[in-house]
Order: sequence, then C-alpha cells, then structure tokens
Amino acid sequence: MIRLVQLTKRYGKFTAVDGIDLVIPTGELFGFLGPNGAGKTTTFRMIAGILQPTSGTVEIGGIDIIHRPLEAKQRLGFIPDRPFVYDKLTGGEFLRFAAALYGQEGPAIERRIDELLEMFELSRWKDELTETYSHGMRQKLIISGALVHRPEVIVVDEPMVGLDPKSARLLKDLFRHFVDRGGTVLMSTHTLEVAETMCDQIAIVHGGKIVAHGTMAEVREQTSSEDLGLEDLFLKLTGGLRDQQLDTILEG
Amino acid sequence: MTTASIVQPSLWTMLTPRWRSALARLRQEQSGAGGRVLLLALVGFMFWAAVFGIAYRVLRYFRGVAEIGNLMAGKVLGVILLAFLSLLLLSNIITALSTFFLAKDLDLLIAAPIDRSRLYLSKLAETIVHSSWMVALLALPIFTAYGIVYQGGPWYPVVALAAFIPYLVMPAVVGTAITLILVNVFPARRTRELLGLMATGTIVIALAMLRFLRPEQLAQPEGFRNLVDYLAVLRTPTSPLLPSEWTAAMIMNWLLHIGDPWPIVKLWGVAPVAVALGGLLHRWLYHRGFSKAQEGAERKIRRPLRGPVAGFLRFLPVSKREFILKDLRLFFRDNTQWSQLILLAVLLIVYLFNIKSLPLHSGERVPFRLVTLISFLNLGLAGFVLSAVAARFIFPAISLEGRQMWLIRSSPLDPQAMLWSKYWVGTVPLLVLALVITVFTNWLLHAGVFMMAVAVGTIVLYTLAASALALSFGALYPQFGTENAAQIPTSFGGLVYMMSSLSLLAAIIMVQAGPVAARLRIDQFGYPPGHTTAELVAVGSIVVATCAAATIIPLRMALRTVERMEW
Repeated sequence: MIRLVQLTKRYGKFTAVDGIDLVIPTGELFGFLGPNGAGKTTTFRMIAGILQPTSGTVEIGGIDIIHRPLEAKQRLGFIPDRPFVYDKLTGGEFLRFAAALYGQEGPAIERRIDELLEMFELSRWKDELTETYSHGMRQKLIISGALVHRPEVIVVDEPMVGLDPKSARLLKDLFRHFVDRGGTVLMSTHTLEVAETMCDQIAIVHGGKIVAHGTMAEVREQTSSEDLGLEDLFLKLTGGLRDQQLDTILEG
Repeated sequence: MTTASIVQPSLWTMLTPRWRSALARLRQEQSGAGGRVLLLALVGFMFWAAVFGIAYRVLRYFRGVAEIGNLMAGKVLGVILLAFLSLLLLSNIITALSTFFLAKDLDLLIAAPIDRSRLYLSKLAETIVHSSWMVALLALPIFTAYGIVYQGGPWYPVVALAAFIPYLVMPAVVGTAITLILVNVFPARRTRELLGLMATGTIVIALAMLRFLRPEQLAQPEGFRNLVDYLAVLRTPTSPLLPSEWTAAMIMNWLLHIGDPWPIVKLWGVAPVAVALGGLLHRWLYHRGFSKAQEGAERKIRRPLRGPVAGFLRFLPVSKREFILKDLRLFFRDNTQWSQLILLAVLLIVYLFNIKSLPLHSGERVPFRLVTLISFLNLGLAGFVLSAVAARFIFPAISLEGRQMWLIRSSPLDPQAMLWSKYWVGTVPLLVLALVITVFTNWLLHAGVFMMAVAVGTIVLYTLAASALALSFGALYPQFGTENAAQIPTSFGGLVYMMSSLSLLAAIIMVQAGPVAARLRIDQFGYPPGHTTAELVAVGSIVVATCAAATIIPLRMALRTVERMEW
C-alpha cells in the first residue's frame, strides 16, 4: 500500500506537485497519467525517497519514508524513466550490486539473477559491460534490478519506453501477476491504451494536482464523460489543442 | 534553397547555451548558499595572495640583481609558461574529445544546417574556456606581480592579455587536431581510454625531462666555467619555437622597454593561421570521426573482481562490501581513472629522486637551519603530493556516482554508509602512501627520531583531513554530467578543494615549525633552555584539534549535502 498525504514539492516559486492526497491499496495496479510537466516524475521520485517533499508525507506499507527511510525503501522497487546504469559493470554484477543494496546475497540471489536475466532474454549478455547494451536492454536490466530483492511495492516511471513489443507484453503480464500475488504497482505511462487495459484504478494529474481519480467508470462518472474513451477523457481534463489551433500551426 | 542562402547563426548565438548555462549555475550557487560563496572567496583570496606574495618576493629579489636579474625574471616566466603550455595541451586533448565528439548537444548541432567552420569555431571556443580557465586563474597573480615589480604602467594589463590570448588559442588548436586524428583512427570510447594513457605518457616524459635536464642548475652559477657562459645560457631562449617563449618575450619586452616587434608578430600571426589550418583539418576529418565516435566498443570482462578482495572484506555487511567492490571494479575498468596511478608513480619517483639528490649529507657542512628547513619543506611537499592524489582519486567519488544515484537513493543503503565506504576506500591507500613517503624521505634526510615522529604524526592527521575535505568538496561541487573522470578534479570545485587543503597544510606547518625547530636545536646543541615540552604539547593539541575539525566538519557537511541532494 502507498499513501500520499498533502504531498507538495516547490522549486522556488514554482509548484511542481501541489498537495496530492492518494491511497493505492495493496494488490492493485494503479496508473498515474498526465501531460508532460504535470508532476508525475517528481511525485515518483518523492515516493522513492530521491527527492525530499516540501511538505506532506509518503508512506510505503504504512511506513513513513521521510522518518523511517531505510525500512520503507526495503519494501520498494523503483524503476526510473531513464535507464542510467554503471557502464563499467556487467549485467550480472549490476544485479548482484542491486541485491546487495537491500542486504541480500548468496546462492538464492544468484539463482534469482539468472532467472530474471533469462526471463528478459539477457542471459547472453550477463558478463558483458552494460556500456554495450542498447536502451531497451538497459531498461530490462533496471526492471530486473527492481525485482531482484522481491519488493512489496513497485513504482515505475514510463516502463514501456524503449521496449520491443515482446518485452512490453512480458512486462504487462509480469505486473499483472505481481499484483495478483498481493503486490502493489504504481505506474506512470503516456500509452493510454496500456492504462485502460491494465490498471485497476487511474489518477490523472495536471499542474501538479489530481484532477480525476478512481476506476475508469468512476473517472467517467466524475467528469460526466460516460461516452468518452480514455484518450478523449484525458484531453478533456488536461486541455488538448483545438482543431483551429492545429490548423493555424500547420499553415504557419 | 542553396547552401549560400542559408543564414548561419553567429558564433555568439552558438555559444549562447553555454554561457547562459554557466550564468544560471552561478546564480543558483549564489542564491543557494551565501556561506559557501564567502568561504570560496576567502580561500580563493588567500591562495591568490600566497601566489602573488611568492612571485612578488622572487621578482623583487631579481630586480635587485643587476643584469642577470632581468634575464632570470624572463627565464622564469618562460619556464612557467612552458609548464602551463604542456598542461594546456593535455587538457585540450582530453577536453576536445568531450566537446567535439561526446557532448550531448552534438546531435542537435550536427543535424542543423550549420556550416562546419562555424561548428569548429564554437566548439574550439568552448574547448579553450573549459581547458584554460584554471591556468588563467593561476597566471593572473603571477602576471600581476610582474606588472607591479617592473612598473608595467596602465597599459600593462592590455599587453598581458594580448600576449596571453593567442598563447591559449594555439595549444587548443593543436590539442583539438590531435584528438580529431585519433578519433578517426580509433572509436571514441577506445580513444578516450587511449588518451588517458597518452596523457599520462606525455606527462611522464615531461617530468622526466624536467628532472634530468636539471633546470635548478640555473640557480647555481658556480657550476659554470665563468660569468660569460652563465649569461649566454640565460640569454638563449629555452624553446624558441614555442608560444610560451613568445608570450614571455612580449611581456618582458614591454616591462623592460625593449622595442622588439617579433614576439607580437609571431603570436598574432601564427595563432590565426593555426586556427585556419585547424578549421581545414576539421572540415576534412570531422564528419567521419564523429560518425565513428558513435560506434560502441563490445567488451567482455576477462577477470571479474571477486575472490580474494571479496574474501578480505568478508567482515563487512553485504551492502557495504558490494559497494566497495563496485567502486574498485569501476576504478580499475575505467582507463581514465586507473591510468592516473602511473602518473602518481612517476611523481613519487621524481620526488624521492629529488630528496635523494639533495647535497645535505655529501660531506660538506650544511647549516643546521637549512636541514630543519628542508625537513619541514619535505613535510609540505609530502602533504602537497597527498592533496593532489586525493584530488585525483577521492574528490571525484561522489560525482562518479552521477546519474546512477537514483539506485542508491531509492535503496535502503544509508547515505552515511555510502560516504563511509567512499571515505575509507580512498583514505586507506592514501594513508599507506603517506606513511611510505614520509618514513622513506625522512630516512633519506637522516631525520632523528623526534622529527620522524612529528612528520609521521602530522602526515597521518593531515591525510585523514585531506581525504575528508576531498570527499566533501566533491559532494559540494559535484560534476554529475561529466563524460571523463580525469576532468572532474580540474573543475572549479577541485580547485577550491586544492586551495583549502593546501591552506590547512600551510597552517599546520606554520603552527608547529617554531616549537619543533626549537626542540631540534636543543637536541642538537643543548641550547637555548626553555619550556619547549609544554609548548610542544600545546602545539600538538592545536594540530590534532585542527585536523580533527577539518576531518569531522567536512564529513558532516558532505553527509548533509548527500542527504539533501536532488536530481
């Protein structure tokens, strides 16, 4: 379970995240949607303990990440939007290191590393430096790193970027199985179709605030848009360009 | 649309993102921490004052010596500028690889319809600024001292600037050209590694030459047959084909009112020609090189670092152990990092060779005062070497975590444990090095038990503090975006660290010099009687307290900074 209470982040006069209240129950796959610059990544980085909130609290499994960061992080697997890994470590070494950060080692972890690499079809590259990996391979390695210590909660920022269709499908199935077994996933995505088909609940953020939240049916009801698909609903809430404006831009 | 009809952006426009970013960074720094800016200003002022003070005293002395004095002043300026020139060349070679081939803005610039010469000039300007600012900062107090001692007049700053600008441009053009050729021969990732080795090799040769040519002979006129021979050596330019000589000549000609236009003609004639030739080479080779630079190098690891090292660290919890192993792996696999060990080895050999060749125990009677002075100078030199080593290996520790910090920060690894690991991974080898050089050089100097104890105690305390300072300044001024580990210590934060640690070293030596020398005199001659033991205890306590403060306070600051770091 993840609980955000009045979560706020300000950079000088600019408010990136503006008093977000949200509860993501255990055993749910939760979609976090919003246009670029809405505050999604900032929110995720605060949940992961990378950014300090200006005010408000974040709880992971009932543990406050600001006051008891180590215990809260122990339950968390974070997958960032950009796959930066150590260039001079091999894939195997990176996963061993990621597990060690959570205090885990030994034969069980070695088996787990092999399983994960096998699942993501990276076994062939286990002993090669990650500087030779493609963007998609790095993304898969980072996802493996977030899973290696068997977290209770996964926070994942734009997981599908850079993945081939087969890996994307694998990831969707993986997250579904993870929540079916009692895990929690908070995922941001721009692929609305993914959110619509995968997520139990969604929240749409705009200007640092949640503008709609609930199951798809609940969000449609809240916004009186019963007949709209998620894409139209999203554009309605976040302000897409009108046809007239598009014409003006294209005609120059 | 024809090529000619495409309007090209001005050089200023192309450089706008760079200077605007620099200004924004400066504004952020200033608004964030007033205390840090004040500390920086203070340390910077102290360091400049020290360089200026030394240069001023030396030049005043030269000025007082008829005929030879002016020649010596010119010669010294030539030697300083020659040393700077070799630094500039190396720095430009390394920087050009980042600015011309690995920078993040290159995709954007190359995809745009920008003329190649325009791209060359803007990237050359960027390279010059990045690689030369530190030399320019160091040169400023030296040039100022020349201007004041030799009464250069109100136009002197303009003359000095006119002599210095082409001097900075030429090594940049040559360094860039070398990089361009190398990238065309090797893929960029390999080239970067090759450059690390090449830079090290060049410095090794330069140091060896400097050592074995023995420039200190110039300071010993008695070694020459007669005064005419000595004057002849002083008058002969050391390296007449190098811009360092032309710059020194232009400045000295102005200061001594000598009407010789040749240095100006050479500087302002050769520099533009060099830029033009560099532009041609760029036009010819750049595109092929850039394309090649995008090719990655496939590499398998032959010897993964486990077994004995992991066994040795078995007593540590798994998170700390794997963190240390990770740092060691990254260090030994990154040629820009480990190759600096070769440089360190050469520096050490030159240093020990110098100490050994001192004529203190060659049979001639050397004044006691001089022996004591040398002992303290040795302490200072050892401290300087350790500071430089810490700048190379400990200062970049936080920066090298860089863009991977998300992993550390989102994991339950305590920031304190991370700092702890980084501090000891750097400090333990540094302590071993400190003890080896201190004990060995004091043995070479035939130091007594007391002096040996003072030196060992001081250097151990200083090493602990210098490591802490290096780690802390590395955290305060991180370089997360850097493409090359060897560039991190030459950043602004690296300079501030060096100035701070050297100020601490100077303070420690100054505090203990008097009482220790008094005690040595008593041991040697039995006079003058006094309460030296009490003084020594007091001074020892001050040194311990200062070093402890310089270790604990910076580490606490670093911890706070790392905990609050946001990216």
